Amino acid sequence: MNSKEITTQISEAADSLNLKKWDYGASFSNDHSVQVDKGEAKQLKASQKQILTIRVWNKSNLVGITTTSDISESGIKKALNQANIASDFGNKNEITEFSPLAKDPIEVKDTKKRNPVGIKKLLTLLREAEVKLLESHESIKSVPYNGLSESFYERVYANSDGAFRSYTKSQAALYLYARAEEKNKKPRSSGSVKLGYGVEDIDIESCIKDASNKTISHLNYSSIKTDKYLICFSPESFLTIINAFSSMFNARSILDGVSLSNKNSIGEKLSTEALNIYDDGLHEKNISSSPFDGEGTPTKRLCLINKGRLENFIHSESTARIFKTIPTGHAGLGSKVSVSPDWIVVEKSKKNSDLKTSLDHSSYDGEFVYIEELNAIHAGVKASQGSFSLPFDGWLYKNGKKISIESATVAGDIKYLLKNIVNIESNQEVTTSGISPHIWVDELSITGDS
Amino acid sequence: MLSSQIKSNEIVFGSCNKDLLEEIIFYGIGLGADFVEIFIENTDNSNVLAEEDFITSVSPSFGRGAGIRIFKEKKDGFVSTNDLTKHGLMRSISQAIEMLDITDNKREVFNGLNKHRDYSLPKKKWINEVPSIHEISEKLLVSTKSLKKNNKIITRKGSYSRNLQEVIIASSDGTYVSDIRLHQTVGLNVIASDTQYRSSGSRRFGSSGMPNEFRLWDHEKAANDVFESSMNMLYADYVDAGQMPVVLANKFGGVIFHEACGHLLETTQIERGTTPFENKLNKQIAHESVTAIDEGISEGSFGSLSVDDEGMEPEKSVLIKDGILKKFISDRAGELRTGHKRTGSGRRQNYSFAAASRMRNTYIAKGEHSKEDLINSISEGLYCKSMGGGSVGATGQFNFAVEEGYLIKNGKLTSPVKGATLIGDAKEVMPKISMCGDDLELAPGFCGSISGSVNVTVGQPHIKVDSITVGGR
Repeated sequence: MNSKEITTQISEAADSLNLKKWDYGASFSNDHSVQVDKGEAKQLKASQKQILTIRVWNKSNLVGITTTSDISESGIKKALNQANIASDFGNKNEITEFSPLAKDPIEVKDTKKRNPVGIKKLLTLLREAEVKLLESHESIKSVPYNGLSESFYERVYANSDGAFRSYTKSQAALYLYARAEEKNKKPRSSGSVKLGYGVEDIDIESCIKDASNKTISHLNYSSIKTDKYLICFSPESFLTIINAFSSMFNARSILDGVSLSNKNSIGEKLSTEALNIYDDGLHEKNISSSPFDGEGTPTKRLCLINKGRLENFIHSESTARIFKTIPTGHAGLGSKVSVSPDWIVVEKSKKNSDLKTSLDHSSYDGEFVYIEELNAIHAGVKASQGSFSLPFDGWLYKNGKKISIESATVAGDIKYLLKNIVNIESNQEVTTSGISPHIWVDELSITGDS
Repeated sequence: MLSSQIKSNEIVFGSCNKDLLEEIIFYGIGLGADFVEIFIENTDNSNVLAEEDFITSVSPSFGRGAGIRIFKEKKDGFVSTNDLTKHGLMRSISQAIEMLDITDNKREVFNGLNKHRDYSLPKKKWINEVPSIHEISEKLLVSTKSLKKNNKIITRKGSYSRNLQEVIIASSDGTYVSDIRLHQTVGLNVIASDTQYRSSGSRRFGSSGMPNEFRLWDHEKAANDVFESSMNMLYADYVDAGQMPVVLANKFGGVIFHEACGHLLETTQIERGTTPFENKLNKQIAHESVTAIDEGISEGSFGSLSVDDEGMEPEKSVLIKDGILKKFISDRAGELRTGHKRTGSGRRQNYSFAAASRMRNTYIAKGEHSKEDLINSISEGLYCKSMGGGSVGATGQFNFAVEEGYLIKNGKLTSPVKGATLIGDAKEVMPKISMCGDDLELAPGFCGSISGSVNVTVGQPHIKVDSITVGGR
């Protein structure tokens, strides 16, 4: 069945069950992936998946939901029946409706959808990449984590009010994590990830080079003294921390009491006037962009922090109604509709005279810690309290030299971190989760082994 | 009802599917596969969320799918699909054969499936015995109400999850198995706040194969525990970083052993060359006070199973005995690629993952000391009463958050501290576990790894680590 036929099937089944109001979101995908081990194919995978989430509204306008992978006629009827039963337990205190924007025009980018190259080609490319990475340095002994995949999918949203929208996309991903070992030293590991619309868009050579350089650069390491340090966050690590605390911008989290912000926080000064942060799911560099969210609301660019002040929250239909605004295209379909950012863009605003521009990661010769990548986010972030304590990969720069840091954590508070940004470099870099320049923060605690 | 009414020429749960399964396996072997395995599942799940004094989410879900895996020598191809028709399954195995590019003429022999081992028979009634949504909702609301003990509690949540999974496993070594698995979990969470101070508390409980367990859950005790934890931590200072001795509490304290050492004893890590213990069998890798076990047989424990996802009954595996490494956790691919015998540990989240060697109920065995003995032996250190999540890097370094911690001074627990993380490396920390308490207890959890998220139990008695890096401010 195609998406139009499924919509018709749901509509007819809903009629037969006397369900007048419904909507659904669906995803259909075909994926191929390969892993290799020292030149040999290790695991080759293919999958065909379909997921359908149906919501129904009962006569009291309460919502019930069901998710299924069974899109047969009987499966769809069963899903509608289960959703109807679940609607008896619908949330009476927070009514959910269709998004008022579910029929608005959507901006579908030229997604450069690619054709599948197939498993054999994926395997050949990954074998070659593994060999090149192993040959790039004598200390690189293996590439224990590697994979090349391609995915082709369609996403759909439709409702009983006549809204119908869908899009199809392709996406490919390559990851290479190398492990390097030298005598009398601990093994070191690092890697690189690249995304593209198709395999032909992935810069495999640059992935190999990045993985090799990052791994080798950590071979000579030293422990760091536990103390407070001037910190330079890489674009990737700063985006990681902003995403980890995105509940600050999230209306759902505010209503649930798990955000550092509250309903009246708009306008609050969070950081230097030099900081702007946007959510821009449709950004041309966002390979995973979606033109609409789980409720069918069009995706759009939204300013979250403007010149250091909180400017907007991200919303679903129900949170927007409670906040007396419009949905922002950040909803995920569920019994309790979730809200999450798409693609964070960090930039320096025009009001940047208070920045210490001498702090540049490529030229500053004072002492600082460069945080390349933050790890264990799920364990080390307390978003509702604002605190974090995270292991990281990075370097200590001292007297014009840099040395990889062995096993350390950085700890602090997100509000302190934002308020103590002392420089935002000019050049933005594209990562897999957004765009950001290097960001400098004065004095965060680092715990090391010495 | 769990068993689906599906038309002929498809997999039908609750019926004999032997002919169809044999036909698919014969087809794969005939085309040159060394080994063919078919894993088919049918699921029926429910989730309920209570926030403050209201049910805010009820989410049922159901689904079905198949994962077909073939091996040729040491490489394998895996295809998953939602299409359980003969056509869909044949298409999937053809795709798997094609992926492996099998061209040689060597043919394995398939003698048909063995007698059906049906573990599901006594379990078919479970679906009618588990609590209804109405019953769950009522108890969750009572639970969240119990959390409302003072005005500093600003957020109260109770959540319940029930997963019922019916599986059929058939493979070219004759394995033909059916089973039904039931997992239930219930959790409570609070956030406490007073001016600039904030804290949180959470506890999760879980069981497998016990439909009545939620009814027996002592929600009042759980609520008191969560409330007290959040209150104790509300005004806590940040811990000072440094090297110090620590005592880790029993139950979920075992998460560190699970993450930092257990994963390194899975054969998938040997395959990757990422475990420091690869060549340490029968050698000392931990303090002699440490004996560690992984098993899937404790009745009702969250990681227990009648049969693993490759059709093998789980065994009790003594991984470390008195500090000496005795065994690795192995699945079919692990046995093929590393030579370590299968332990009934081939597990996967669902049909869309190939099984891999995964832990089940994993714990450090009890010792002879009391909790007080451990604390009394420390002049300055940290007591980790409740652990949060953590992670282990590709080179074995781990990092775990301490949810509820107290300073130890002169052998006594003193003030609560927050923001602590434990940082280390299994190879270096295992020899430093110098004392084990006599109060072994288990706790349920979810473990995410190569074959998805699976239900596990972690556990230990109170243990003392002589020195570890504590991250703080």
